[in-house]
Amino acid sequence: MQKVFARPATLLETGFHFCPGCHHGIVHRLLCEMLERYNLQEKAVGVPGVGCGVFLYDYIAIDVCEAPHGRATAVATGIKRVQPDHFVFTYQGDGDLGAIGTAEVIHAANRGENFTVIFVNNSVYGMTGGQMAPTTLLGQYTTTSPAGRDSRNDGYPLHLAEMLAPLEGVAFAARVSLHTPAHVKKARRALQRAFETQLEKRGFSFMEFVSACPTNWHLTTLQSVEHIEQKMLSVFPLGIYKNTAAATVRKEGEPADALL
Amino acid sequence: MSRITIREEGCKGCSYCVLACKRKLIRIDQDRINNLGYNPAVFSDNNEEPCTGCALCAEICPEVLIEVYRQQGRVGA
Repeated sequence: MQKVFARPATLLETGFHFCPGCHHGIVHRLLCEMLERYNLQEKAVGVPGVGCGVFLYDYIAIDVCEAPHGRATAVATGIKRVQPDHFVFTYQGDGDLGAIGTAEVIHAANRGENFTVIFVNNSVYGMTGGQMAPTTLLGQYTTTSPAGRDSRNDGYPLHLAEMLAPLEGVAFAARVSLHTPAHVKKARRALQRAFETQLEKRGFSFMEFVSACPTNWHLTTLQSVEHIEQKMLSVFPLGIYKNTAAATVRKEGEPADALL
Repeated sequence: MSRITIREEGCKGCSYCVLACKRKLIRIDQDRINNLGYNPAVFSDNNEEPCTGCALCAEICPEVLIEVYRQQGRVGA
């Protein structure tokens, strides 16, 4: 009998504070698996923004530096420039990166800063109680859009992976989902490429995870999986939007998900 | 024969593993409540269609509570 799957040692034994069905735990585990794969535990620095991912320091046995709301990419820029041999990543939600931190992420990406952004997109403000986020789907009910998001008043969902990919400083941009085991496996492969991008010093790498928030969607966990499959994936198409690694440059007209 | 272990005390009953198991060997125990206040997922093997150690349940567990032990050889053997 061979043990083929166990909790990564970098992921501490502390139980997560996340709600049942939240996908943050899977993102944490994938990060730990990658840190161990490249043996980065001793020289990795995580920079969580403000949101449900803020307690990263409680769960992962690496150095963590908290950033003010939205400023994680600015803090990570400083850390990476002072310690260029360290592996630096930010861990941000859609409120942190998509709303208050949009200016920071666009300019960090445009400067081609050599760190990785982990962006968890659950289309709602999770920690503060389910307010509308820039990534909220049209028609989605939240506490600040009680009649559903209306484009005439609230605009449209923000597509960050597509938005950042054309910038010249960006070396890797992908969007993955976590709602089935198959999608988790694809997410792991994409995350590995993002890690390689930084380790090979090719520039800015961006990973967007489409994730569930059953509590603030007011759905059961199984309904949340269906919600992602049926509603979110049509608005947020999965795929690798950019990868400057020679073997995987996206060809003209090729669908982004073909590379996942 | 392959098998899994679930650390039930940390389970929040999201039932993603129940959905992931193709052989329906995991269920939510409605008769028991763990220390967190949730009905935990439990594994019960079936001799006719035993666990293959595919690890899909462990892959999807958001709390990372599942360990998978696979009998030597390929998956499904």
